This record gives sequence, structure tokens and C-alpha cells, in this order.
Amino acid sequence: MEKVEVFIELKRNKTAMVGFVLILGLVILALIGPWISPYKPLALDPINRLKGPSWAHLFGTDSLGRDILSRVIYGSRISIVIGLIAVSISLIPGTVLGLVAGFYGRRVDEPIMRFMDIMLAFPAILLAIFITAILGPSLLNTMIAVGIVYIPHYARIVRSSVLSLKQQLFVQAVRSLGGSNLRILALHIFPNTVPPIIVYATLGMGTAVLQAAALGFLGLGAQPPTPEWGAMLSEGRQYIQNAPHVAAFPGLAIFMLVLGFNLFGDGLRDILDPSLR
Amino acid sequence: MSSALLEIKGLKTFFFTRKGVVKAVDGVDLSIDEGDTLGLVGESGCGKSMTALSIMRLVPEPVGRIVEGEILFDGKDLANATEAEMRKIRGNRISMVFQEPMTSLNPVFKVGDQIAEAIQLHQEVSPKEAWGRSIEMLHLVGIPSPETRVNEYPHQMSGGMRQRVMIAMALSCRPKLMIADEPTTALDVTIQAQILDLINRLKERVGSSILLITHNLAVVAEVAQYVGVMYAGHIVEYGNVLRIFKNPRHPYTVGLFRSIPQKRRRTKKDRLQAISGLVPELLGLPAGCKFHDRCSEVSPRCREEGPPLLEVEPGHQVRCWLYG
Repeated sequence: MEKVEVFIELKRNKTAMVGFVLILGLVILALIGPWISPYKPLALDPINRLKGPSWAHLFGTDSLGRDILSRVIYGSRISIVIGLIAVSISLIPGTVLGLVAGFYGRRVDEPIMRFMDIMLAFPAILLAIFITAILGPSLLNTMIAVGIVYIPHYARIVRSSVLSLKQQLFVQAVRSLGGSNLRILALHIFPNTVPPIIVYATLGMGTAVLQAAALGFLGLGAQPPTPEWGAMLSEGRQYIQNAPHVAAFPGLAIFMLVLGFNLFGDGLRDILDPSLR
Repeated sequence: MSSALLEIKGLKTFFFTRKGVVKAVDGVDLSIDEGDTLGLVGESGCGKSMTALSIMRLVPEPVGRIVEGEILFDGKDLANATEAEMRKIRGNRISMVFQEPMTSLNPVFKVGDQIAEAIQLHQEVSPKEAWGRSIEMLHLVGIPSPETRVNEYPHQMSGGMRQRVMIAMALSCRPKLMIADEPTTALDVTIQAQILDLINRLKERVGSSILLITHNLAVVAEVAQYVGVMYAGHIVEYGNVLRIFKNPRHPYTVGLFRSIPQKRRRTKKDRLQAISGLVPELLGLPAGCKFHDRCSEVSPRCREEGPPLLEVEPGHQVRCWLYG
């Protein structure tokens, strides 16, 4: 399908558009954050601790008197970057492994895919905790951990589309014109696997943000005082009885971002996957 | 007689499956002279396509393998060529057009890019030059307004157009031999005629020989000078197209001709006749002549011993005991 057509279809697909607007809104927020946030995200104000929403602090303040709105705005930068980097970490090796396993088959396929199966057998969060425990808790390690956990998903998707693509006549045709295996794989099979990868990566952004937030919540991700949404949620947990807004707003922010990616990803799949038409 | 461009001697291509050895091509001999067209005819599964893929060395390995025989192309034995040598030959000196034009082009690239790729694989030309050559090729295969259509994607073209594009790709490096594997089977009758006509004209222009694989005898009559009739991995009749059409000898060839609907059939005897029975399972081929259990003129000898190719008249060979 041509690029222009994809955009036209996207405009027609309401679900995708809602998702797109949500993502776009949060991305803009992240970009212009420093200019619009009313306070510094780390500025303490011990007198105004755990204050509910007011005109001075639209989202209220946390246990150290920090403005939650400002922290949520700064947190959007972190979460979006986490999503992008974590997805790249799983997407690139996952795609390469899937391409190689699917194309060369048998002796290459077996070891790669069985290893992927082993990774898939672990619950995702457990494996992520395991990896961060080894690497040490930090924001970067969170992204690496979340990224590694999802490598097998990409490998599987790419492998399965390679398996069907390599049976296609056009592969045989390129070979009959003198194309090498590498050329066929990189120039002819890979571009055809891109649509499913894009769809899965978009959906994966949401999952990655959620996983990173979960690690943050468990204290294995971003360390205080970084305004990471998961970590903020975790801090707010202690005050959920008396000051529920401390946990509610970062939670709402996670919800919006993940929802945005999921809706957009679903819409994209409807458009790019001809079998669902 | 001019020198043979392609000469196949005793080619055997087998498939080693779990159920046993499938002898897809079982001792095929044929030759194509420069500038000639050889039509290879036969039912589905008789080994036509596998013969073609063997020449290209594109038999799906490791299940399938050329186990015996020589494929002499311009004096070089392709059966023993290395993969790197074959890559230089494929598309450049021997090229192939496939049956399904709908799926033989990559859906994500413009047709111009795909033709240009075929050129750049074998010739040192700039991308711009290759692009210009793709427009020329599209023009040559009779696609109207090639300057704009070169920018189209395969899904924007009809089956006939795509087959023209495939032919453009196959001929872009002016190969000595073009293998056309049922090039018109998937097309409408009117388009079939156009494509055959195109292949015929371009053969002259480019100076290629053609190996035309088909199950349609009418197509052979249209374009070929020589015919090979294949049955169960063997060539059962081989010779000049006029001789075979005038005087088919092998009971299988005779059967093929009888199963073509004709305009004037008056008596009951002249009714359309099918060849009884089915193509034998290649796993459990009958002993002796492979055709004996479907043959109307079977003799005891046929059940025991397979006949060799016998010359019945100069340039006309038949694999049948009737003439032995």
C-alpha cells in the first residue's frame, strides 16, 4: 500500500485518530514541558505538603510539597523516551533474529527459536525484575530490561511472516534473476515484514511504558527524585487514603499514554493487515 | 544444423522425501539450438517445471537434488557449477518467466525499480541509467506510456501487464535463453495470444532461444519449432513441431491430441476422448514403460521393460515399443 493511502485510511479510522491525538498531545506536552510547567519538578515546598488540587497547584502537591502537574509533565518525557528506547531494544535484535531464523531455517532456526521459547516461558515482569536485579536499578537498565523481555515477540512475528514470504513466487523470481540470499532477505523479504512490525511496535510502546512504570513502582526503575510516573505512583501509594490525588494523576497519565498507543496500534493493524478487511 | 545452445543429457532430478524417492525428472535428454523455441508439453506433475528449475539450478534443496546428468549451456556444465557462477548466469544469460504474474513481482516496490534491479545485478550502470533502461524495456514489451507506468506498483497493474513486466525483467540483460514456465496459463485467452505474440517478436529482437513449458498444445503450435512431450519424468516423444502435429506416434501424444476439442467431429468415434486413468504417483511408478497402465496399445513387453527413445524418422524420436 502506498504511504498516501495509509494516511487517508488513518484519517477515516476513528479509533486510530483518537489514539493518535492522545499520543500527539502527550508528545507535544513532553516537548514544550519546561516552558509550560508551573513549577520546577524537583522544587520542594515543605509548607504545602499533600495539598489537594487548587488553582495554585492544579494536580495538588506530593509528600514533599512538589507540584504534581509539573512532575507529570516532566514524567511524560521520561515515559515516552522509555517507550521508544525499550521498543528499539527489542525490535532491532528481534527482527534480525526472526529474519535469519525464518529464512535460513532448520539448523539456524531451531536454536534461535528454542531460546526465544525459553525466554517466553518466564512471566514478562519476572524476567524484567531479574534483569534489572542483575544490572542494578536505574532508568537506563529499566529500558534495557523491558527491551530484552520483548525480543522474542518480535522474533516470532518476523519469523512467521518470513516463512510465508519466502514461499512467494517473487522470491523465486529474484533468485532466477541472479539475486543472492542476502539481497533477497534484506531487500525483498524485510520490507514486506515492516507493516506487522510497525503495528506490533506501536502496541508494544504501550506495554513497554506499563512495564517500565511497574518496575518504577517496585523501586527497580527510576530512582527518586526523578519524576517517573511509575515511581510517583509508588510514592503516592502510602497516602492513598488521605491524598489519593498523589497516586491518581500519574496513574491517569500512564493510562492516557498506553491507551493512546493501543488505540493507534489497533487502528494501524486494521489498515495495514489486509486479512482483517 | 547450428550448434546447440543448451544440451541436456540424462538429467535426473530426484526428491528425497520421507515417503521415498520421487523421480521428478528421470533421464531427460533435450537440446535447444540458438534462436529456436522448444516447447515442453505434458500434464501437471510430469516433470516439466522441475526440468526448468534444474537448468536454473533452483531445485528446492536439500529435499530435491540433481543426481545425474549434464546440463551443457554454451559448453559449460551447469549441473556442476557453483552457486556464485550460477548467480552470474541467472538473469544474465538464462532467465525465467513464471506462471503466476500476480505473485511474481514484489508488492512493495515500483515495477521500474524491479526491472532496474535486474539490470544492475549484472551490469555496471548508474541507477539513473538503469531506470532509463527500465522505461525502454517497458516500451519494448508494449506497455503504453511507460514513462508513467514505470512508477506504478504491481497491484496497480493487470495480470497481462504484470506478465509483460516479468518478460521485461527476464529480457533486460538480453539472455541467450529464456525459460517460460506456463507464461500464459493464468491469463485470459485474448491476453494469452498477445503475450505469445510478444514472446515470439522479442525472441527475434533480442536473439534469445526459448524453452517454453506448457500443457497447452495449441500454444506450442503457435510458437515452437521443436516439441518434447513429457510423461512421468521422461521425454516420450521429441521432434520437429510440424512432424509431431502431423503424425504423432506415441500413444500418449496421440491421446493428448484427441483430448483437444475440435470444430468438426461428426461421428461418435470422433468425440472428445480423455486419456483414461490418472498420472501415476511419482512415488509408485509402474515397472516397464511408465505409461503402460493407461495405454491402449499395451503389450506384455511394455509391462516388463521400459523402451528407449527410438528414432522413427530423422529428427523424430519416440519412446515406445510400437516402433522398436
